[in-house]
Amino acid sequence: MAVRIVHSPMRLTVSVSGEIDHHNAAVIRYETDEAIQSSLAPCVRIDFGDVTFMDSSGIGFVMGRYRIVDSYGGCVEVVNLKERIFSMMKLAGLDKYVTLRKKEKGKKNETNK
Amino acid sequence: MKPINEMKLKFESRSVNEAFGRSAVAAFAAQLDPNIEEISDIKTAVSEAVTNCIVHAYKDTVGTIYIWTSLYADGLVRIRIRDYGCGIENISQAMEPLFTTLGGERAGLGFAVMEGFCDKVRVRSKVGKGTVVTLEKRIKGRDSDD
Repeated sequence: MAVRIVHSPMRLTVSVSGEIDHHNAAVIRYETDEAIQSSLAPCVRIDFGDVTFMDSSGIGFVMGRYRIVDSYGGCVEVVNLKERIFSMMKLAGLDKYVTLRKKEKGKKNETNK
Repeated sequence: MKPINEMKLKFESRSVNEAFGRSAVAAFAAQLDPNIEEISDIKTAVSEAVTNCIVHAYKDTVGTIYIWTSLYADGLVRIRIRDYGCGIENISQAMEPLFTTLGGERAGLGFAVMEGFCDKVRVRSKVGKGTVVTLEKRIKGRDSDD
């Protein structure tokens, strides 16, 4: 499990890799929130491209970040979602609050890591 | 019907063991030759149940989590996850999607996810005595069309 942070003027990109469960979510949350606090960018992009497993802790993680970012009028987008994770988030109704984008096959990763 | 194979697992309710619990069950169920989707379903459902034991049943303490897994010839996997924790006062309320006693970072989707990824979920609980969650999943296997 690892978190990569890329700052740009208008967007903070958080790339998560590995498994997201209740145990790992604590570390991912801590690192993400530190980055959000030190950034003035209005948009937070969370990249799930390298996430290999996620349970409902992943949904709680996204929802929690949405609450923080929304409190200062920012927006959250979650990108590079695998089919399975995308449908879990959709079922949980996350698409009402954040932009969800599936992983596009053959297309280069937008976050150019 | 008699199971063709069984395993029992016992470990401490530390969050670092969540990955161990779900991976061990998935590895055991692998002998029924499930497809990747089915393995992910089992992993996710077990992860939710084990997390419940850690964050609810043994909240602020460390207890023991027991997992029994039985495999049947027709492809059925039955997983029982038991704790001796606080128990659930109102099971139907606890199983409602978005209901959570913790708020904030927990989505309240644990049981909804278990029900979504398994064919059957049953819960028995007594306050002060603990909880048993039974998950049933039928493996169609890698040769199936879906």
